[in-house]
Amino acid sequence: MTARPVPPLARDAVQINSIVETIQVTEVGLTMLNRTADSVARATPEPLARKVRGISDKGLAWLFISPTILLLLAINIFPLFWAIYLSFTNYRANRPGEVVKNLGFANYQRILGDKDIWIAMQTTAHFVFWTILLQTVIGFTLAWLIDRKFRGHAFWTTIILVPMMLSPAVVGNFWRFLYEPQIGLFAYAISFVTGIPATHIEMLSNVSLAPWSIVIVDTWMWTPYVMLICLAGLRSIPEYIYEAAEVDRASNWRQFWSITLPMALPFIMLAVLFRGIENFKMFDMVNLLTGGGPGSTTEVASITLKRQAFESWRTGYSSAFAIILFVAVFGLANIYVKALNKVKQR
Amino acid sequence: MSMTKPVKRKSRWPAWARRGLMENIATALIALGFLMLFQPFALSLYTYSFITMLAGTVMFIIVSKFPE
Repeated sequence: MTARPVPPLARDAVQINSIVETIQVTEVGLTMLNRTADSVARATPEPLARKVRGISDKGLAWLFISPTILLLLAINIFPLFWAIYLSFTNYRANRPGEVVKNLGFANYQRILGDKDIWIAMQTTAHFVFWTILLQTVIGFTLAWLIDRKFRGHAFWTTIILVPMMLSPAVVGNFWRFLYEPQIGLFAYAISFVTGIPATHIEMLSNVSLAPWSIVIVDTWMWTPYVMLICLAGLRSIPEYIYEAAEVDRASNWRQFWSITLPMALPFIMLAVLFRGIENFKMFDMVNLLTGGGPGSTTEVASITLKRQAFESWRTGYSSAFAIILFVAVFGLANIYVKALNKVKQR
Repeated sequence: MSMTKPVKRKSRWPAWARRGLMENIATALIALGFLMLFQPFALSLYTYSFITMLAGTVMFIIVSKFPE
């Protein structure tokens, strides 16, 4: 049976009826809300109501955000100042009853004259430099390709994003298996391509290969993150700029250097800042893959810090080290934010 | 209708202490300290890296409040 077409007048009447019903329901809802508000106001004890009534809008705003500010002070600012205080002492967390002596700048002098810590800094610099370089180049290239909107690009975006969603503990463990010279897929693939026997490819125990093994894993895991930020940047470029460039007969190469790259630059810089800060304090992946070894070839600053704080129990000394790292990251972030603002103003 | 130009008030802040210049000096100090901290050439440069970086960072925080 086919439905008869509804005449236009009847359709309008139905629509008007539904609008009237909606208005009635809304009116009922508002009346109920007013009643609830009245009952809450009546239930509020008079002294409290009088106090709240006397507060200005600004005061009320402060009243609402004060719990968050207090929490922030307690979990962020207080530990920072406590660490600064401890960095001037000989405090050891495993000897709580011991008298704490003030050492002045002795901890800082010791750290800044220690050759082992200097080498740890160089290891960190190597790790940060190469991971950022690789992640930015590969991440931007992937974003640029995904932005072409080819068939199935949404599916490939999801596949590329998978490593980023995994826990670093999981990534560290399965890359340990992949790097195994006897059974690992990575060693097998390298052996297949180069002809070197797989048992000779000891990524985690070879002094010259171990630093690169961490760089590879971090790049594999965090390139999708850089890609995502760059993709947001590329998608924000208006199409009409490219159309104008086409009218001016600008080549693809010219369009890339004069439109795509300059307009995506603030996003690339943001990705570099985020990854730079994260990699500077990288701990979990290095700890799981090599634990700082072989010897101390992959001992980045955070591993040294952990060893001093929780293996040697030199809390004051490690606090001083943490403050040095904090100043380095904070200073760099300042420069970076300034550069970012300059790029945005262009 | 009078066509008076708005008079630009001259700032009494010294020209050498304007934000732009001072921020650039602070940035250069931070960058220098950062390079000194991570360079593999001389231990003495590493030793003085922290104080250079700290001076630059404190200076940056202060001068970023200066007028343009």
